Amino acid sequence: MNLGVIDNAQLNGGQKLAVKYFTVALVLFLAQMLFGLLAAIQFLAPDFLYGMLDFSVNRMVHINAMVVWMLYGFIGAVYWLLEDESGVDIAGLGLGNIAFWVLTAAVAVVVLVYLFVQIGPGDDMTRWFINEGREYIEAPRWADIGIVAVMLVFFYNVAGTFSKGRWSGIAGVLTLDLFALAGLYLAGMFYMTNITADQYWWWWVIHLWVEATWEVLVGCIMAWSLMQLLGVRRKIVQTWLYIEVGLLFGSGILGLGHHYFWIGTPDYWFSIGGFFSALEPIPLVAMVVHSVYDAGVHKFRSTNHPALAWVIAHTFGNFFGAGVWGFMHTLPQINLYTHGTQWTASHGHLAFFGAYATINIAFFYLAIQKWRGNVWMGEALPDNGWKWKWSLALLNIGVLGMTVALLIAGYEQSFVERAVGGSTWEGYFAAQAHPWFQQAMFWRLVGGVVTLIGAVLLIWDLLTIGSEETRSAPLLREAAGR
Amino acid sequence: MNPTQPRWSSEDFWKKVAIWMTAGSFVILILLTFDTLSKTSVGGKRVQAYGVINKDIDYRFDPKRNRYVPVVGGEAPLFGKALTEAEAENLVTLGKKTIQAKNCMNCHTLLGNGAYYAPDLTKSWLDPAWINESNRENLMLAFLQHPEQNARTFGTGRKMPDLGITETEARGVVAFLKWMSAIDTNGFPHNFKTIKHQGD
Repeated sequence: MNLGVIDNAQLNGGQKLAVKYFTVALVLFLAQMLFGLLAAIQFLAPDFLYGMLDFSVNRMVHINAMVVWMLYGFIGAVYWLLEDESGVDIAGLGLGNIAFWVLTAAVAVVVLVYLFVQIGPGDDMTRWFINEGREYIEAPRWADIGIVAVMLVFFYNVAGTFSKGRWSGIAGVLTLDLFALAGLYLAGMFYMTNITADQYWWWWVIHLWVEATWEVLVGCIMAWSLMQLLGVRRKIVQTWLYIEVGLLFGSGILGLGHHYFWIGTPDYWFSIGGFFSALEPIPLVAMVVHSVYDAGVHKFRSTNHPALAWVIAHTFGNFFGAGVWGFMHTLPQINLYTHGTQWTASHGHLAFFGAYATINIAFFYLAIQKWRGNVWMGEALPDNGWKWKWSLALLNIGVLGMTVALLIAGYEQSFVERAVGGSTWEGYFAAQAHPWFQQAMFWRLVGGVVTLIGAVLLIWDLLTIGSEETRSAPLLREAAGR
Repeated sequence: MNPTQPRWSSEDFWKKVAIWMTAGSFVILILLTFDTLSKTSVGGKRVQAYGVINKDIDYRFDPKRNRYVPVVGGEAPLFGKALTEAEAENLVTLGKKTIQAKNCMNCHTLLGNGAYYAPDLTKSWLDPAWINESNRENLMLAFLQHPEQNARTFGTGRKMPDLGITETEARGVVAFLKWMSAIDTNGFPHNFKTIKHQGD
């Protein structure tokens, strides 16, 4: 052990690959915030970068960088826990490494084309090589095919490793979930002129990723990290995991219907979508109870306080962002007025951050701890751990600030544009020009800047935490004899 | 399993619950998908045939259904020329491909989905912003090809950038927008007064 020094020799095979994924994830996290800031400025100053980096470009890079860095974080987390969970060496690690470089090169090319080519003529070539023009899954078709190929390699790594090692409960859920996650991407890979059918399938990818398979994936990751961080017994986390899977899929799969209110699909989606999506917060409450209870039972004793703090932030963020903020506008009676307004942006900001950014950050801290030779990262850090505490605070306050500001903008739009203005263009612009909307957008920008400062501090902390540390972290699980 | 442990708290029980709930939900979703796709195919009651661009389209409150619904009226061919169903489909398809190629959805919303930086396009064919129906098509073509010169920012300063849309593409986009305005969107947007009903 080489305490305090970043050294690949302290990692197992999967973990060496995981830190590559985490590094790219952090770069994309910064890119997400940078382009988000540019787009936020354009709400206040529409001429800013007009004709060069238009809002559509910034916004596309903003949301795509987010989707991709979260996937990088998840993939990294799975590689991180794979050998530990299965008890054997990774199957096909060489192939996994190649897949990482192929995926990263493809992401780089796609982003460069987004930035420098941006759009193309209205033919099939544009969709294949520049931009598919469908929110969240704008990546051109060639990249889609590449992504599927890389996912197959990833799936082979996971399923192959568990098959030759131990098939735990976490392993079973994780493997089936990844299979569904990869398969769902295919639903977004064809062109249709019928926009109703087009959006029907498009939501299969977006919703069944974000509100179903991603949630279960982070459930698996969290189950493993609770054992790791607190030494919780496997039987407990696995039972909880099954409860969560049952509730998440039981509510989330048919909760898909809340996207089918207004796109031309039949009336029965009002009842199905409204009912099941209203149940979606329940498993998220269960996750809060689960993590707080486990942390309390183990008296918050952990060798990695930042990671534990971010896991707790994850459960609360998931519950408030995805659960409460989603529920607020999920019933059709209110959604008629909130659909297509900043309500959705408000929900999106808190949900993606709360549910997914947080758990990824927790894993970055687990990774850096081991990468530095399993150093102590619990209480009594040399500088009192001010960097991780401040970055935790700034990131959460910043995102919450954006969320509340966007919610106010959304309220204002629902009244001025939808209820009073009848959703005409004049009504739309009346709402956008209203001082209440403009003030909200100003505070959203402030929240964005706070978030960015928090992220810079986070990266600084990740690069430095544990570097002066001489104490090794006792392995709680071994100490507890489990 | 511990013999004193109640069944409802066992790992095995919840594993089965998880499997059954997931499988059950998924089967229901598949069945509903078949039904929905058959009810939303082009030419049905909810999504009109592409030839609807030859017709007059309006959007009015229906007291029986207690919501706004699209109303297809008499002949009103787009650009003054009636098209066959195949010709109409080609034109609307060009429009849809252009809308994707120009990344419209990352400023506008379509059926309420997209970004929120520019107006919703769901009923844009019927929007009173085009002032009167006789000149609407010309205004739309001019706007799409030269958005900066024809900008209407309603005091916000937000202008659509020049996206290099050709005249052919612009005609396709207008055809797509007209066709989309006839989709039955279950009353979204509510209380929308079309270009025909500005004085109502």
